[in-house]
Amino acid sequence: MTRRALVLLTLAALLTGLGAALSAPSAARAQAGPIKVGLLAPLTGAASALGRDMVNGTELYLDEIGRQVAGRKIELIIEDTEGNTQTALTKARKLVDQDRVHILTGGLLASTGYALHPFVDAQKIPTTYPVMSSDDLTQRKPAKWVVRTGWNSSQSMHVLGDWIYKNTKYRKIATIGADYAFGWESVGGFQKTFEENGGQIIQKIWAPLNTNDFSPFLAQVKRDADAVFAVFFGKLALQFVKQYEDAGLKARVPLLSNGTTVDESVLPQMGDEALGTISALHYSAALDNPVNQKFAKAFEAKAGKVPSYYAETCYTNARWIVEAIKAVGGKVEDRETFLAALRKVDLKDFPRGPVKIDAWGNPVQNIYIRKVEKVSGKLQNTVVATFPAVSQFWKYNPEEFLKMPLYTRDYPPCKYC
Amino acid sequence: MTAEFWIIQTFNGLSYGALLFLLASGLSLIFGVMRIVNLAHGSYFMLGGYVGLSVVWRTGSFAAAVLVGALAIALIGIAMERLFLRRLSGQVLGQVLMTIGFALIFQDAALLIWGGDPYTIPVPGPLRGVLRAGALSFPTYRAFIVVVAAVVATLLWLALDRTRVGARIRAAVDDAEMAQGVGINVPLLSLAVFALGAFLAAMGGVIGGAFLGVYPGADFEVLPYAFVVVIVGGLGSLPGAMVGSLLVGLLDNFGKALFPELSYFTLFAPMALILALRPTGLFGRA
Repeated sequence: MTRRALVLLTLAALLTGLGAALSAPSAARAQAGPIKVGLLAPLTGAASALGRDMVNGTELYLDEIGRQVAGRKIELIIEDTEGNTQTALTKARKLVDQDRVHILTGGLLASTGYALHPFVDAQKIPTTYPVMSSDDLTQRKPAKWVVRTGWNSSQSMHVLGDWIYKNTKYRKIATIGADYAFGWESVGGFQKTFEENGGQIIQKIWAPLNTNDFSPFLAQVKRDADAVFAVFFGKLALQFVKQYEDAGLKARVPLLSNGTTVDESVLPQMGDEALGTISALHYSAALDNPVNQKFAKAFEAKAGKVPSYYAETCYTNARWIVEAIKAVGGKVEDRETFLAALRKVDLKDFPRGPVKIDAWGNPVQNIYIRKVEKVSGKLQNTVVATFPAVSQFWKYNPEEFLKMPLYTRDYPPCKYC
Repeated sequence: MTAEFWIIQTFNGLSYGALLFLLASGLSLIFGVMRIVNLAHGSYFMLGGYVGLSVVWRTGSFAAAVLVGALAIALIGIAMERLFLRRLSGQVLGQVLMTIGFALIFQDAALLIWGGDPYTIPVPGPLRGVLRAGALSFPTYRAFIVVVAAVVATLLWLALDRTRVGARIRAAVDDAEMAQGVGINVPLLSLAVFALGAFLAAMGGVIGGAFLGVYPGADFEVLPYAFVVVIVGGLGSLPGAMVGSLLVGLLDNFGKALFPELSYFTLFAPMALILALRPTGLFGRA
């Protein structure tokens, strides 16, 4: 290499370094600017109603505090994922690279959660998941930079399986669920505790996500089932509960379900076919604590509908983020400290009740057993029992629990089928 | 597998097939007369459901919902054909692209007007119950769908086979140019067929909306079914649409009941097979 080339190279290297130094915002300058929160939500496509609830819940809280915390403004940047994991990842990149958000949040599908994990860990960007519920996101494959402020699929189902055995006479139950991770994990959690008590799952039916007409599955429900346990969400839930009654099953076999099957995102559109359904979740719009009553009222005023769990979880998530910002005095640029603060939030007065985060990044929170009832002409999930401070590991030892495989289509195996 | 299983599943398959017939018969006729592959046909189904829903909310009448929903969408079909597709007469690719453009516009418009929440259309009390025959029970509403489809099929068959208009339509299906040559007003006929197709699809949307629900995305969910029916039965053939609908309804039902993991396979494999062995479909003519 000639001398001249060496000089040029050195010069080039110096210039590049200088450029980088100039373009990197100094800490002082960034401090003055707004804190940017990037929200991923499906605003078009089949899941758009859920996305709207997510946005409304988030905005409701931010507006309550005047979009300002610790002397800094909060800027909410919303990106539409179209309910598609690939788009969600592209939009996450846009939020981080282009908008330079300080915190990333939102997301709907489990696959989005798994796709975001490596991205946010590589970018070292503090991230919260208010909705995505796949068990392994905070069990066998946790991410350092992700805090889940929502729930995990089997958390409330462990409680339900146990409660059903102890409080009803149902001993033989047939399950029917949407044939993907969320359905498997919900059914798995229910099966585990129900069978450990002495109950029997006598049939596991899986309906593909493209199902419209449930009659091929409903016709198979075994005659000796004491009850049917169902796991659906969105329009699948609406179709299933309706067709369950149409098929003449409801009169004969009581319906139990996970939380989303009768969530307030679909319950108001259901008719009397939903009455009596027993389910479990970390929330119900009918919870009668003062914080929730105030939240539900404010949400109805803003969105014109009863808050779904998607709305509550995003409201709580927004407050969660704000509390962490307060804890670090607005210095969100120090990402490690900010992340630690996100994990340390521990408050008693969310609409859903007290919440704190366990060592794997999942909330420890109340689980409610609910029953669909009609109160002054409207369907609601009346809370019939409350289990305080439930962890994702229920009453099991976490290390022992994690040695067990993830709940899947065939795990736990159906011993009594 | 008991006899009961087979009887109930067969009934379920027939009733689903009946609904598919309402959806697909129009698509088939439209293609037959106009050679248009109408990708907005699923949108008529969805929009019919939404309009029906609004009518039920206002009036509480299910019959009015079916009628108004179907008529409103027939008008949309007429406008689409007259103002847009007519201009691209003979340009197959242009027409296909235009129909998919319409499908996307309809999808966004529905989201804007009715929001993203899924709904079901409430049905009148007498249709709500369960028919019992011994140990077997069938939802009354599904029997109602079968009856409606049977009536529509009979009327369509009589109209096509026994009336002058029907003869003209058949002539246009066989050879549009020749039909035009002997003095048949093919453009007017096309318009009528297009409107009829939209009417039937929307009617299916209202009737189907009572048990499948009305929700964003319903349009592109039913469209593949309609195409499978038309391809299996043969493009432009009414008996083809009938047989195709029943076949697809039964295949889909038994496929999902017996091999739920292969639900798309059991639906599309027979279509591929028929395409390979009889490219014109069971009743189609080359």
